[in-house]
Amino acid sequence: MKVPRRLGWFIIGIMALIGVLYALSMIGIEPSHLLETTFMAMTPLILAAVGECLNEKAGVVNIGLEGIFLITAVTGVYWAEIVGDGIGGLIIGGAIIGGIIGLLFGVISTYGKAAQVVAGMGLNVFGLGFVPFLMVALWAFPGIHMFDPKLVIRTIDIPVGGEIFRLSPITVFAIIVVIVVDIILYHTLLGLRIQAAGEKPEAIDVAGVNVNHIRILASTVCGALTGIGGAFMPLGWFGGLVKEITAGRGFIALAAVVFSGLDPILAAVSSFIFGFSEGLAFTVMITPGVKEVVPHYFIKMIPYIATIVALAIVGSKRFPKALAKPYIRE
Amino acid sequence: MTSAAIQGVKRLFQKLKRPLLESLLAIIIGLIIGAILMAIFGYDPIAAYSALLIGSLGSFDGICESLANATPLMLTGLTFAIGMKSGYFNVGAEGQAYLGAIGAIMIGSTIHLPYGVHLAIATLFAMFMGALWSLPVSALKAWRGVHEVVSTIMLNWMALFFVRYLIEYHYYEPGRAERAMPVLPTARYQVLGASLTTVIFAALAFMLFAYFLLWRTTLGYELRLTGSNPEAARYIGINSTRVIFLNFFLGGLAAGLAGATQVLGRPPAWTIYKTLGNVINLGFDGIGAALIGRNHPIGIIFASILLGVLSYGARFMMYLGVDPDLTRAVNGVIIIALSLPELYRIIKTLIVGRREAE
Repeated sequence: MKVPRRLGWFIIGIMALIGVLYALSMIGIEPSHLLETTFMAMTPLILAAVGECLNEKAGVVNIGLEGIFLITAVTGVYWAEIVGDGIGGLIIGGAIIGGIIGLLFGVISTYGKAAQVVAGMGLNVFGLGFVPFLMVALWAFPGIHMFDPKLVIRTIDIPVGGEIFRLSPITVFAIIVVIVVDIILYHTLLGLRIQAAGEKPEAIDVAGVNVNHIRILASTVCGALTGIGGAFMPLGWFGGLVKEITAGRGFIALAAVVFSGLDPILAAVSSFIFGFSEGLAFTVMITPGVKEVVPHYFIKMIPYIATIVALAIVGSKRFPKALAKPYIRE
Repeated sequence: MTSAAIQGVKRLFQKLKRPLLESLLAIIIGLIIGAILMAIFGYDPIAAYSALLIGSLGSFDGICESLANATPLMLTGLTFAIGMKSGYFNVGAEGQAYLGAIGAIMIGSTIHLPYGVHLAIATLFAMFMGALWSLPVSALKAWRGVHEVVSTIMLNWMALFFVRYLIEYHYYEPGRAERAMPVLPTARYQVLGASLTTVIFAALAFMLFAYFLLWRTTLGYELRLTGSNPEAARYIGINSTRVIFLNFFLGGLAAGLAGATQVLGRPPAWTIYKTLGNVINLGFDGIGAALIGRNHPIGIIFASILLGVLSYGARFMMYLGVDPDLTRAVNGVIIIALSLPELYRIIKTLIVGRREAE
């Protein structure tokens, strides 16, 4: 029954989107440009949100997504320059570095029995200070770094009615990740164990599965996915690096997780909505007739307002019972 | 009489021994990891740390500057600590401090009033603005169950853009568009030395007020009980909505005052820059102050002095090429270390051996 209902919502969503795009094109906002930016903005959000869904299903809360985004944005560019390839930077500086951070976070939240929300905030503060330090240490210039445009990951150009629609391969990868994570979570033994680690850790402990290992695995995957998202921002989207590049997206991804109630598909949908609000802000800012009337500062607030409004609408959802509680065998 | 006093001091020391040692350990771990990071990137950590200490503690001006840096941190730390005491993770001090700063400018640089009155009204209005920015957080939490971490961070970013808008469109200094109008001399705290002003006494007074409110009044008891045992709080009929609003409102007042200290009590600019460079990250640094000070107003005062020394001294590391933001990374490591409840036991085991520790 789950699939047809979802399909129905999907069709309604697409129709609503077409309606909104049509209405926006009436006031001079170009739909194709808007969608392009939406897909770009959505990609890091999806990757981090889906990773965090997996993480929280297993019972670990990592609110340090913003910190991982920040650090991997820098390490991604650094490794891309060393390897001489954008994708290479994304893998080494993004996935591997992010995975290591996730692994460490997993270890301190399980074996270290850390207060996870505090540790996650510590990770954010660490990123906030470490990134400017790292940028000076690596490139001897504070706060901003421009790299070779050849390193920017090439987009897939799809011709649509005379225009070219640019889609990043990483966006496609992110959507595949959503489907894979959904299948793993709901249709495999590993997924069952992950869910049990968050709901009733005693149960899998009795069955002879190490709860801490499952949680560390989930945390590592979450870190790696978030790391890809972080490295994607400079390498696949902006084509440059500033120390405030993440602009709170780690927390918007967190909001997408709360919005979805830990369902990967819904997390992707809410990432699309938040990405759309960001795309809208970017597009409106350069639309003639609007930018002269509304100060751009207010337009820049759109994604943040959209996030709060979305959360206010859905309210609070049910979360796993053992969330953020270290497992202690009795 | 004297033996009783000694007994009292002994008991206090026994009670404080563990938290003090844990905070100390966390600070040491933070500094060691900072040193390792410096060594990895080819800097000399010992030279950098001694430059930091000599710069911040080696002269009267340095000590004054360190205390001036500590002043806003104790207040933003208090915001976070009140949240933790009531069971909420309030990281909204950042944005509320921006609002406090612009609030201080709104009154301080546009209205003409006699000295003293002007200062008091500007300070109070700044606090009020900070508290105002906390209201959406409370409302969303109380009525829609929106998690405070997400809503406060979103409001921090909105505050950033809103305050930049106010500076650019309404409160810019003519001829110097990169900053807001400085406050008038009637709205400035007395300078004590270097950039330390009497605003530090206003901050300390607010800390004492918060201590009194939290530990000596019924309202404070309701906050702390909700934080330590929400079930019991509900059972004895404490109004949770009131606790939420009071907690975030108090936090907002403190954060607003923190923003005001940078405007009404910080020469030579007496204003904020359009980049918000002199108020940015105050809120996040305060989290470290709160956790090192074990969420207690008195502890936070000492913790923020320590962080003030670090953050002011950090600029002397720049002569060695080290980016001063490294101290914020150290702060982050300290926060992570303090999130580990087992830290004390782990270190004790490492030092005195496994058997004795157990």
